[in-house]
Amino acid sequence: MVDVMRDLPQAVVPGAATPAALPRMATDKLSAMYGKFTAVKGVSLDFAANQVHALIGPSGCGKSTFLRTLNRMHEITEGGWVTGRVLLDGEDIYAPRVSAMALRRRVGMVFQRATVFPTMSIFGNVAAGLKVERRTDRGTLAERVEQALRQAALWDEVKDRLHKSATALSGGQQQRLCIARALAPAPEVVLLDEPTSALDPMATQRIEELAYQLKRDYTIIIVTHNMQQAARISDTTSFFYMGTMVETGPTRQIFTAPADPQTEAYITGRFG
Amino acid sequence: MNRTQARRVKSQVMTGAVMACVVLAVLPLVLILGTLIVRGASSLSVDFFTKMPVPAGETGGGVLNAIVGTLLMVGTASLIGVPLGIGAGIYAAEYPGSRLTWVVRFVADVLNGTPSIVIGVFAWTWIVASQKHFSGFAGAAALAILMVPMVMRTTEEMIKLVPHSLREAALALGYSRWRTTLQVVLMTGLPGIVTGTLLAIARVAGETAPLLFTALGSQYLVTRLAEPMSALPLTVFGYATGPYEEWHRYAWAAALVLILLVFVLNIAARAMAGRARAANG
Repeated sequence: MVDVMRDLPQAVVPGAATPAALPRMATDKLSAMYGKFTAVKGVSLDFAANQVHALIGPSGCGKSTFLRTLNRMHEITEGGWVTGRVLLDGEDIYAPRVSAMALRRRVGMVFQRATVFPTMSIFGNVAAGLKVERRTDRGTLAERVEQALRQAALWDEVKDRLHKSATALSGGQQQRLCIARALAPAPEVVLLDEPTSALDPMATQRIEELAYQLKRDYTIIIVTHNMQQAARISDTTSFFYMGTMVETGPTRQIFTAPADPQTEAYITGRFG
Repeated sequence: MNRTQARRVKSQVMTGAVMACVVLAVLPLVLILGTLIVRGASSLSVDFFTKMPVPAGETGGGVLNAIVGTLLMVGTASLIGVPLGIGAGIYAAEYPGSRLTWVVRFVADVLNGTPSIVIGVFAWTWIVASQKHFSGFAGAAALAILMVPMVMRTTEEMIKLVPHSLREAALALGYSRWRTTLQVVLMTGLPGIVTGTLLAIARVAGETAPLLFTALGSQYLVTRLAEPMSALPLTVFGYATGPYEEWHRYAWAAALVLILLVFVLNIAARAMAGRARAANG
């Protein structure tokens, strides 16, 4: 709880201008291992503030593992460990004095399948992350829950049943609820791990529009199997293959003129 | 006979056989309940629940002391056994690979299969013999020992049923491990744990053997756990083995009360399980 002061909501200004030279988040020769197996090999990447950055690649290429190193969720997996550095606003998140819990409030995450807490109401789910930091008074809490639900484009659908169980929502609504829950603590970076792979096309479209809008306030990093999705919503795309980062660049360039033959083979659908 | 007909006949024969099994399985319960109601219900009255037993030869009176004793001992046993069982279950579910978990799980399974009379003798040795007198507390302790493994295993299984993704979601919000376990994992599995706990309570409420060596039984209305105490199963045992017709009727009535108590606990457990399904569905 040493970092509490730094995590006060007022201290975090989403969308505040960062010097162009300094990326919001960066990795430096980052490797991620499960026991003796190396899943991610020496990846160095920059994530610019207020952009959508897509990570693509075939199954098992290490993109999800890589994503999970960015909020230190990889280390909770049995046998998970990393080498190299991950920088958030220039500070190494794996430094000994950094609390993983405090970090995860600055780097939010949304998973492949909606993970609403079944025992909590819609309101309770969104407020879950806020209650961790400290005693927030009721008015502020309600305000921030509403704000998060509005950002996740869910407010109008649930405002009349905030205190009903969250499990009654549809799959797409549940996933947007999870996005609202991740946004409520006002993180700087939001990690999306294949957020639409369990959703129908309509729900997928809504999430995509959402990701696109959210970059105004947040830095978004999204792992996706769906190349059209990456092409539609991202500013920068990185291609992962066999645990290495093969190529990164502006999305348009990756999809129209990839420099690496492996990237080209994947994008044109010859494997993966 | 063509093949369709042959199939139909085969299907009907099998359905009939399975139905017969169902009837046979349910028959004992129906017979027990029927006999209890026929032979016990006539002795049930308000007095039966509110009056003390009367000396042999007199009519009237009730089993208030046994009802109070059962409630006190089962209540005390739950206060000891449920937190212990839930705590051990959380540990076993949270640290599935640890050596201690292996030991605890093994001990729980052995205890689960141990005849309750053995637990009673154990409680007699450790509590009654060392204190040199029978007591309701010794009875409660014996029942608690019976409850712990049941509650522990239920808790462990229910926690394991909670999807790992929920745990990750809580951790990703910056929850600490203990907070994740208590506020998300345990709360999600809670209806199932409550169901299992109620079933465990119902199970021990009917135990007789462990109480014979510990609570002993008493004719008086005892509310101090330090003294020998009556309980419904003991009353049934005492009255049923006695020489008087009147006593036998009381035994049936007390047995009916005991089974109604277990019945209510079971229905409550079902209701909780139903609510759990509704909440998760």
